[in-house]
Amino acid sequence: MRSDQRAELVLGALACFVLALIIGMVVFVFTKAWPSFSANGLAWFGTGGDVDQQLTDIFNSPANPKAYVYELRAWPLLYGTALTTGGAVLVGLVFSVLAAIFIVEFAPERLQRLLEPVVLLLAAVPSVVYGLIGILVVVPFVRDAFISEDRKKAVQYIVQLDGTSLAVAVAILTVMIVPIMVAIIVDALRSVPRQWTEGAAALGVNRWRVMWTISVRAVRPAIIAAAVLATARALGEAIMLSMVSGSKAFAPNPLDGITFLFEPTRPLAATIVDNREGLSAVPLGQTIYAFAAVLLVSSLVLSFAGWYMKRGLRQGVIYGGSV
Amino acid sequence: MAREPLVAATASGGSPPPKPERTKPRESPSTWPLVDRIGLYLCWAAGIAMCLVTGGILAYMAVRGVQFLRPSLFFNSPTPELDQSKSGGFLDPLIGTVLITIVGTLIAFPIGVATAVWLNEYRRPSGLARAVESGVEVVAGTPSVVLAIFGLIIFQQSFFGFLSLTAEGNAVLGRSFFTAGAMMGLIALPLIVGSTRVGLQQIPNHVREASYAVGKTKAATIRRVLLPSCRPAIATGTVLGMGRIIGDTAIVVILLGATLQLQSVGEVPGLSTLKGSGSTLTSYVYNNSPAGEGQSPGKAYAAAFVLLLVVVALNYAVNRITSREAPQWIR
Repeated sequence: MRSDQRAELVLGALACFVLALIIGMVVFVFTKAWPSFSANGLAWFGTGGDVDQQLTDIFNSPANPKAYVYELRAWPLLYGTALTTGGAVLVGLVFSVLAAIFIVEFAPERLQRLLEPVVLLLAAVPSVVYGLIGILVVVPFVRDAFISEDRKKAVQYIVQLDGTSLAVAVAILTVMIVPIMVAIIVDALRSVPRQWTEGAAALGVNRWRVMWTISVRAVRPAIIAAAVLATARALGEAIMLSMVSGSKAFAPNPLDGITFLFEPTRPLAATIVDNREGLSAVPLGQTIYAFAAVLLVSSLVLSFAGWYMKRGLRQGVIYGGSV
Repeated sequence: MAREPLVAATASGGSPPPKPERTKPRESPSTWPLVDRIGLYLCWAAGIAMCLVTGGILAYMAVRGVQFLRPSLFFNSPTPELDQSKSGGFLDPLIGTVLITIVGTLIAFPIGVATAVWLNEYRRPSGLARAVESGVEVVAGTPSVVLAIFGLIIFQQSFFGFLSLTAEGNAVLGRSFFTAGAMMGLIALPLIVGSTRVGLQQIPNHVREASYAVGKTKAATIRRVLLPSCRPAIATGTVLGMGRIIGDTAIVVILLGATLQLQSVGEVPGLSTLKGSGSTLTSYVYNNSPAGEGQSPGKAYAAAFVLLLVVVALNYAVNRITSREAPQWIR
């Protein structure tokens, strides 16, 4: 009996250690980031000035703690994060619903057997490999094929176009998050009760309509859960985005028409990686901790949203406790 | 009762009942409405595009890998040289990848399995169990950059000075294989917990009851019955976790220093390497790409190809493990 209680205690303690670590993470990151937030107030999230210049100023601020510079208007970074994440999730969502329907319903059996490992493999490719292909293949291609002299001239006083752009970032990010979404949606589509689809088919509804009106509608919660998890992944992607997004804190302007897609941007996570050398300078370090804090809060919200969705799924009609 | 009027009607000499229409032979998409056909074609396009993208990535990396990979790359340390023929290979990053995978897995494995067992078998008090559950979920959703920053913050406390290099003036650098490995353990943890829990859930209750019935304690049941029978699930989670560790760059770049060569700290062999900073294959690729300062795409391609081979091998291992049959008595 004694050893049994001891085992429970040890296991419980290890589990609580994980919990303590998470709470510690939130507390630590926020305490460290506080000077940056408190010095700027809500204007931290606002717009104004050149963020890259502000970061340089913060890095070069005097060594005297009283004279630290904290001035930062992080809007372009937040906007860049929102654009890349939102774009990739929107494109990826349409694509992955179609691909999932294909895998479950229309693919010939041999292709189906091929596609499943393909999805797993795509999900497992390290982000730095995507980044490498992006910067060495896709970026030069975009520079040569889409960025004409006219286009360069049109915005030359505002920003240089060199191929590293919003469009490339969104495209590669889409390739990275689609496998996650496809895997979740395929699982959900497979667990739609056969009676439902067979019932519809018996009424003379064709296969596409059965999928579209019965199965896809039934797995809507799973699709939303997939989108939430993919958003969390896209939000935190740093290395690939720092390689292909241009690493220039520029807010792409939709008024530029098509050129908008080829303007560089700089998401939050990529900014953290780009400024890793400056972490030892106290004020810049605190500013970067503030970036991390913003990312942490966003991913916390998304985690809980995704968790809530999945819980709903598990208890729902579709899943019957199987997932 | 209801049929009577009908019978009466036929009997009274009305028209004969209509013949049932024949159902159409076998429907093919060409008979569908246009909208449905467009949907079908879009599905095909999506599926084929996915195959093409994967095939394209693999083929391109294979071509480039074979083009640039030389055996000598595996046996030479990288050196800071502008001339690419003298800048060495990726021996140190390779060792770094192996080291950090070992450290990360050693940290994540016991904690992950213990957490999963506690969550599944004990979960008392239940409020705490729910909190731990959501905690694991939060770790899974946290970007690795944020984990790296968090690691930097805690391991720079002077309390953890023994884990990394201490600069003059007692400033703790916080960058070493230990600290990076600890955070790597954190990103592998949710996969191990999730997979182990699925394995434990698949063991039916009568197995546990049979064990209690012959007088085993709960702890003994877990150790002798439950854990051995969900070994494939634990292995799957661990391999997936290793894949995550090998593929991660952000933690290496921020928390391992991504120095060109292994830089040991202290005198004790082995321990000094672990206390020092270094790099892994991922950071080697990053630093040698145009995004870093190395500017040698050939070496980046070669290292990325090796990385991709490792990932494919791990994927294959997961497939092999999961396709193994569970023992008879479990079902």
